[in-house]
Parts: sequence; structure tokens; C-alpha cells
Amino acid sequence: MQRIGVFVCWCGSNIAATVDVDAVVEAVKNEPGVCFAKNYQYMCSEAGQALIKDAIKEHNLTGIVVCSCSPRMHEATFRKTAEQAGLNPYMVEIANIREHCSWIHKDMKEATEKAVILARAAIAKVNLNAPLQAGESAVTKRALVIGGGIAGLQSAIDIADAGYPVDIVEKSPTIGGKMAQLDKTFPTLDCAACILTPKMVEAAQHPNITLYTYSEVEEVKGFVGNFNVKIKKKARFVDSTKCTGCAVCTAKCPSRKGGNEFNCNLDTRGAVYIPFAQAVPNVATIDTERCIHFKTGKCGICQKVCSAGAIDFEQKDEFIEEKYGAIVVATGFEILDVTKFDEFQYTKHPDVVTSLELERIMNAAGPTKGTLLRMSNKEHPHDIVFIQCVGSRGNTCRDKTYCSKICCMYTAKHAMLIREKYPDVNVHVFYIDVRTPGKNFDEFYRRAVEQYNVDYIKGMVGKVWEKENGRLAVQGVDLISNRRIMLETDMVVLAAAIQPSKGVRNIATMLTASIDTNDFLTEAHPKLRPVESPTAGVFLSGVCQGPKDIPETVSQAGAAAVKVVGLLAKDKLVTNPCTATPNELMCNGCSSCARVCPYGAIDYVEKEVNDHGKREVRRLATVNSALCQGCGACTVACPSGAMDLKGFSNRQIMAEVDAICR
Amino acid sequence: MQKTAGLIKKRALELLADGTVTKVLGWEEGDFIYDVTPAFFDKETIDSLVFSSFCGSNLSKYLIKACKEQTEGKILVFLKPCDTFSFNQLLTEHRIDREKVYVVGVECKGMLDIEKIKALGINGVTKVIDNGESLNIKTIYGEKTCERSEVLLEKCTTCKSKELVVFDEVLGEKAENENSQDRFAQVAALEAMTTEERYAFWQGELSKCIRCNACRNVCPACSCMKCVFDNIQSGVASKSNADTFEEKMFHIIRAFHVAGRCTDCGECSRVCPQGIPLHLLNRKFIKDINELYGDYQAGEEAGSRAPLVNFTFDDAEPSVIHERGNS
Ligand SMILES: Cc1cc2nc3c(=O)[nH]c(=O)nc-3n(C[C@H](O)[C@H](O)[C@H](O)COP(=O)(O)OP(=O)(O)OC[C@H]3O[C@@H](n4cnc5c(N)ncnc54)[C@H](O)[C@@H]3O)c2cc1C
Ligand code: SF4
Ligand code: SF4
Ligand code: SF4
Ligand code: SF4
Repeated sequence: MQRIGVFVCWCGSNIAATVDVDAVVEAVKNEPGVCFAKNYQYMCSEAGQALIKDAIKEHNLTGIVVCSCSPRMHEATFRKTAEQAGLNPYMVEIANIREHCSWIHKDMKEATEKAVILARAAIAKVNLNAPLQAGESAVTKRALVIGGGIAGLQSAIDIADAGYPVDIVEKSPTIGGKMAQLDKTFPTLDCAACILTPKMVEAAQHPNITLYTYSEVEEVKGFVGNFNVKIKKKARFVDSTKCTGCAVCTAKCPSRKGGNEFNCNLDTRGAVYIPFAQAVPNVATIDTERCIHFKTGKCGICQKVCSAGAIDFEQKDEFIEEKYGAIVVATGFEILDVTKFDEFQYTKHPDVVTSLELERIMNAAGPTKGTLLRMSNKEHPHDIVFIQCVGSRGNTCRDKTYCSKICCMYTAKHAMLIREKYPDVNVHVFYIDVRTPGKNFDEFYRRAVEQYNVDYIKGMVGKVWEKENGRLAVQGVDLISNRRIMLETDMVVLAAAIQPSKGVRNIATMLTASIDTNDFLTEAHPKLRPVESPTAGVFLSGVCQGPKDIPETVSQAGAAAVKVVGLLAKDKLVTNPCTATPNELMCNGCSSCARVCPYGAIDYVEKEVNDHGKREVRRLATVNSALCQGCGACTVACPSGAMDLKGFSNRQIMAEVDAICR
Repeated sequence: MQKTAGLIKKRALELLADGTVTKVLGWEEGDFIYDVTPAFFDKETIDSLVFSSFCGSNLSKYLIKACKEQTEGKILVFLKPCDTFSFNQLLTEHRIDREKVYVVGVECKGMLDIEKIKALGINGVTKVIDNGESLNIKTIYGEKTCERSEVLLEKCTTCKSKELVVFDEVLGEKAENENSQDRFAQVAALEAMTTEERYAFWQGELSKCIRCNACRNVCPACSCMKCVFDNIQSGVASKSNADTFEEKMFHIIRAFHVAGRCTDCGECSRVCPQGIPLHLLNRKFIKDINELYGDYQAGEEAGSRAPLVNFTFDDAEPSVIHERGNS
């Protein structure tokens, strides 16, 4: 029989205002095994901890229950407290009577009753607890960054500067991400390429950084400190050790009909291409879906013109396996597909463009060489209408519920840049709200209104249609003067919502990292652990975690890097002793457990067992406790109940349920 | 039918004689011709091997123990199409050893249910002449006839497949599966009920259970070393017989345990002395799995990964499952 102490915390008034802590103490006193119970204002304080330690010694306690906040807050604290008093730390159970009880109830009677029930469950569990010993595991001192946008680059550079090797896996042929497509950047209006390309070059030249471009993560195994990752280097059909980036092939390729993604498909590129002049690596890639050679076996012009002999039609995908201690996810974002918003004529009229397309139109390396032109007739526009929040902040199925955060600022940027360069162009902006918090941000927006006379109209656009003269009619409302507005314009620019990159679901699944309903990666704690994923060893950087501009992205990237460095600096990690073990006499060797284990921790052996005197060789599951993360998936999958988790045994869980249902 | 029976006997003798197998797993007749039970035979006892329209029982599960004991040579087993699914499932779960078994697939037109025959008022059956369409039944009260389709086993009226999914050789004439009824129709009818009606239905059915364990013992998916209901440590053993509500837990827990592994062989319902339609519980799982994760038939392919112990990127979101559960 255990000797259990129960410690009920008031958490100031957080708990005590809703839960009658005296009543809880009274109620648990007679529970089986309990020989001490007390409440106190702040159990986590020095005095509170001293109270626990004294009670352990004085009453020879063998287990304790702390009724307090979530174990995510103070389980570690109370385990240390117990250890200092000579008790095994795994003899501590937390009954969460704050998040699970006082915070969500108003009625004191109900909350108290629930607190007693939760305490009872924890007591029932401690009665079956056994001391556990934590082990240690080594840390592989190498980091993986998935995604080579500004977020991934910054994280990688910071980790590499701290002295650890970093690999960047980027799925497209070049690093740089969306920032490489931008023209000028708010709030300072410096050219995106001018500030991004030095970072790209730095990453490429850094002795601690290895770039895997045109590559994808295929498989992730292992756990914090010991990830095993398989990377697929897709065949470029160009030998990157030979290619000099001269771009002769890209100019000569006769297959030129397909869109150029880098310019948002506003112009075309060859089947063999280099995304942009400053691409890193500056190596051509053959798009096999468009290449005539891959379709018909003919052509091969690129091969003939390449003086370096770099074209290799036989190249194969390559697979690389590497071990990492930490993984940073920096997969960024993409623009919402606006074809569903056809009241704005996006699919019908070339003069209706997204803001990212406008970035390309205004960029010197873009489809119009940086001259603002209507895409329909390549003529100079006289009026431009911007429509904000297309697909953001909505509540229909085609919208995202969130604010994309960057659009108000980039639209102010676009409006200002246009008015600066082409003072004859009238600019109108339809908006729901203008949201520009941030250093120098509101000033930036006000400059657009006050200095550049941009016409901001509070209200939404109902529809856009083409007039007989080829211009666009825009019908909207002005909520301030409460009237309908009709405008005639040459161009319409849609501030389309941003959303996480499509591939993020695969990545999240491979990493067992969680994503929210919008597919943004979830942080371990929204306030206190914003750059960590709930999965140990996985960190978040950039827009993959939520909408952000570049300054915020870079700050977060640095923060994620510090977390990685903090992890890699450790030689050993304490492992969780709550691992699974099969009961040899009950195991059928059916393989259900191995099929569900996300960490590949389960194997099988042929072993002789002595089943009540009957000796036979059986196929049995064995768990590698260094790999087991104690997730418990196998214990649920095991049909015979042979698999059990230390610290969360089937019996303990059942005892808790029974205590609750009593 | 009579012809196939002859072929089976002949093949068993040949395979024993040429040493391909050392043991035969088949059926033997009891006191009545319809009282057919699984049995092992060797050279000496092979004469008692029978095959008739009453060989509904699935022999796969008997191979678990037999494989363990078989040190040399192979065991010959006769499997009907539906039984081959169970065989594959047992292979998937590493419960039997393919190397130790010689599988003779036996084509099947559906097996008969003596209870249904008796229900037609045909008693004292001494012989059934089965021409594949109608039955000529000799009884101690004279000769009777009836349509085959009227007296098929439940599992055969909703036959899932006439395909032999694993075999070393095949005997008999391939049958068509055109007359089989929709095996999920009854489940759909249950789903259409209100919660109260459904509760009443199951309460009525499951309260008939006498816990004879026949369903569990016959079930090829129930092959645990130690069943949780026999294991005091499991914490559910005593629970499932404390009161009439907990009684149902036996069936609910069992249905969960075989979910994704049950091949819908129908043995559980066939053997239940109380006539409880246990297959409906399992079929509900099968139907849900098919709808949520795409069609999956346990045992169709040895080594396949059942949706419940697998993960794919297009798996149904938990929220979808949750919503369905609420509806
Ligand atoms: C029209 C527009 C204008 C903007 N203007 C400004 C501005 O003026 N100032 C400002 O501060 N911000 C601006 N922004 C915001 C800025 O673009 C983002 O803050 C920044 O690009 C975020 O960087 P990131 O690295 O998180 O994402 P990204 O730039 O999207 O980079 C992600 C990278 O990861 C790669 N990737 C994705 N999935 C995978 C995978 N599965 N495996 C491997 N690699 C993968 C992608 O190919 C990409 O290279 C603007 C955005 C838009 C849309
Ligand atoms: S608890 Fe089981 S499933 Fe989870 S990691 Fe450990 S062995 Fe694998
Ligand atoms: S699931 Fe259970 S019975 Fe099957 S192999 Fe694993 S531990 Fe053994
Ligand atoms: S549960 Fe019934 S139908 Fe399913 S495999 Fe077992 S005996 Fe066959
Ligand atoms: S065979 Fe029928 S009566 Fe026997 S335990 Fe199963 S359900 Fe109950």
C-alpha cells in the first residue's frame, strides 16, 4: 500500500475562487492510500515546495498528488521537489484542477465536485505508480532546415554561425523563397533582391551549410537529438558540378509555351530554365513535363549548345540519408488561388492581377522590365483599383478566417511606389480596415494617404466587369458616406490571402508536428514557446507558423536558431522512462504494434518462453527503449493488451477511469 | 456437390500417399449428416473425411495450433473462398506459417443452414441431394424439396466473394456470386434507427447472450495468446459480467478488438446458440472503415495494412469522423 500525500494549491484566487480547497482536502483524506492532505496558497512557491518536502519526510510518503495547474506548467517543478525529498520523481501525479476545472467553471459547488473527482483519479493512479529511472541519449550535432526562403536561410545562417553544421532542403531549384519575387519592401522600400541575395550567397558559401535544392524530405524517423532523415534530390538532368550558369541552353530551348512561375506565369520560360539571374545555385534545371526530349526522344538542343557538357538526360533522383539533432520547419506560404473569386474577373481579364503579380510587373527583371503596363494591351494605365482582403477575414467556405497581416502594408507600398513613379495614375484602395501596427508602419500608411493622395475607400467591391472600351468597371460601396460607387479603371489588383505551402501537411505528418485548422504549424505554447513545435526537437520559422512580414520572419528565424543551438549544445538528453514494454506471455507477435509505432521502436524476435511450464518458441515484440517516445499508440493497437506503457499502464488508466466513474 | 466430395477425398489420399502432406484438416460427420465438424486426419483415419453442403465451418483458425505442432511436412487444409480470407489474415498477423500448409481451395456455391431447413418444417434429415439449384431432402418422414436459396447460411446469402485469394491448387467448379445480397443492408437499416430504437435492438439481442464464448472461440481474429476476458490483469475480465449493461461490453470490446481484422467470415453468428446477429456489429465497423478510409477487405491480401493501423495522407480527418458519430 502506498502512503500518499495530497497537496491542493489555491493558485492565489485562480483556483481557490472557484474551488473550495478545504472541501477538497476533506474529501480526499479518506481515499485509499492517502495519509496526508493539505492546501496552500502557492504550492509552486519555495514555501509550498518546502511544505511538500517536509510532509514527504515526516509522513514517510511514497507518492504524492499535487492538485494544481496543468502538468505542462509545473510537473517538472514538483518532480524535482519530490526528488529533493528523496522520493522517485515518477511517484508524483498532477491533478489539473485549474485549466481543467476552476478556469472553465463558474459554479463553486460543481467545480469543487469536479476537483475532488480529478484528485481521486490521480490518487487511484499513484496507488499503482512504480519508481522509474530516466535514461540518457546522445545528441547528433547537426540541424536540418526545411525550406530555403528568408526564414530558412536566416535560421540556417544563425545556427551555422554558432558552429553547427546545417543542411537546407529546398524543394524548388533555388533558395530565396517568395522574397526573391518581391520588388521593393516595406517599410523602408529597399529592393528585395539587394537585401536578400547577400543572404543567399552567405548561405551558399558558409562552410557549415550544405544546400540541397530541388530536393524534398522523403522520410523522417527517430526523435529529438536523433532524427534520421531521408532526402530526395530530384534529378535536374543537368550536372550541377559542370553547369556554369551561362544560360545559353535556357535561351535556345524551343519549348517555350509554358508559364514562368517566377514571374507568376505572366510570361513564359523554356523547358530548361534558371528561375532568375541571381538564383542560388546558378544551375539550370530541365522541366521534364515540358521538355521535348522527354516527350518524344527528339530535340536535345540544350545538350548540343552546352559547352560545359552539363546536360545529362540520364540523371537519376538521388537519395541522401543523414542524422540530425534538430529540425527547423520554414516551408513558408503560397498565395490563395483567387479563381474562386471570379466576381473580380481574375480568370477572365488580364488586367485583374494579384499583388504578387504586381510585384513582378513592377520589378525590373519582370515580364514588363519594370514598367507598369496593362497586361491586356501593354499600355500605360491611368487608374488602378486595389481590393483588400480577398479571401482573408471571411466566413464563407472560399475564405480564410484569419487576417493575412501583410496585405495592408504591401498595398500601401504598391500605391505609393506607383504614385511616386507615375504621378498621373489615380490609385484607389477598397479596404475593410487598414491594419498597420508595427514600428514605422502606420506612418508608412499615412504617407500613402497624406503625401501621395492615395484614395482609400472603406468598403468592399461587389463586382468587376469589362466595359466595351476594354476598361474595367468596378462597383463597390463607400461605407463612410454610405453610397454605392462606380469606378472605371485600367487595372484591378487583388490582395489575395496567403496560406501555408501545400506540402506542409506531409512535412507535419512526417515530423508528427501538429498543424491548426488552417494548416499553419502549431507552436508548443502560443505565448511562451512560440518557435517550438509541440514535438520535441522540431522548431518553427517564418510564415509556416502564421502570417508575417520579413522583419518578423527574420526575428522568429533567429529565435528558432537559438533554440536549436541550445539543444545541439547539449551532449546528452534525458530520456523519458515512460516507455512501452510487451508482456512476453501475452504477446501474439501479430505486428499490430509495429505498424502503428511512429518512431519505428518495435521489432520482433523468435524467443523461447516458459508459459506456465510450457516451453515454446514464439514470435515476440520487443521495444527499443531508446527509440520509444512513450506515445502509447502501440498499447492501444495491441489486441491482447500485451503492450503496456510504464507510468501510464493500462491498469493505471483504468483505475483513473474507475475513480472518476465511481 | 457429391462430385466435389469425391475429388476432395481422392486428393487427400494422393497427397498423403506422395508425402506432400502428413496431416489433413477437413470435416467429419457426427451423429447426423448435418452435424459436420472440423477434424484432423492422417493416413489411418482419412476415411472419415467428408465434404457436404453442411461444411460451413471455417478451418483456418485450427491451423494456429497445428502449425506450432507441425515439425516436419505439411498440413493439407481445405478452404472455401471466404475461408481463404481468414487464412490470409492469419498470415498477416503471423499466426500461421504458410510454409507448413498446403492449401486446397474448394469452390463453393454457399453452404446450408440446418436451422433454416428445420424452420421449413423439414425434420429428421437423413440425406440431402444438392444439385446446386434445389435440394432433394430425404428425411425419416419421407422426401421433401426446397430451394437452395431459402436455406443458405446467413453468411452465404451475403457472400462477400467467390474468389479464392490464396491456394496451392483448386478443386470444384467456380461459382458465380450474382445472387448475393447487399451485406450492408441490415447495417444501414440499423443506422436509420433512432438511438433509442437501436439501443433497444441491441439490448434485446445481446441480453440473450449466455457467455458460452463460442463466438470468440471460433473467431479467427480472436487468436490472442491470452484473451483479455480471461486475463484478470486486463481490468475488463470481470467487468464484462458484472451486470446486464456490462454484459454488452463483452461484445463491444470484442467488436473493437477485431475491427479492421475481421474478414466477415460470419462464423461468430453461425455458431451462436442464441442466434444473436453478431456479424452486424462487425459489419458496422467494416462499413465505416470502407466509407471513411476507402474500401478495405481484411484478408484479401496477406500482409496488407489495415486502415486502423495505418496512416495515409488522405485519411479522413478526425473531425469528419466525429461529425459522423454525432449524426
Ligand atoms: C505580394 C507580397 C508582397 C510582400 N511585400 C513585403 C514587403 O514589402 N515587406 C515585407 O516585410 N514582407 C513582404 N511580404 C511578406 C514576405 O514575402 C514574407 O514575410 C516572407 O517571404 C516569408 O518568408 P518565409 O521564408 O517564411 O516563406 P517563403 O518565402 O514562402 O519561403 C519558403 C520556402 O520554403 C520552400 N518550401 C515550401 N515547402 C517546402 C517543402 N515541403 N520542402 C522544401 N522546401 C519547401 C519554398 O519553396 C520556399 O523557398 C510580401 C508578401 C507578398 C505576398
Ligand atoms: S509507446 Fe509504443 S508506439 Fe509509442 S513510441 Fe513507444 S513503442 Fe512506439
Ligand atoms: S500488438 Fe500486442 S500482441 Fe501484437 S505483437 Fe504487439 S505486443 Fe504482441
Ligand atoms: S468477428 Fe465473426 S465474422 Fe469477424 S472474423 Fe471473427 S468470426 Fe469471422
Ligand atoms: S456465441 Fe452467442 S451466446 Fe455464446 S458468447 Fe458469443 S454471443 Fe454469447
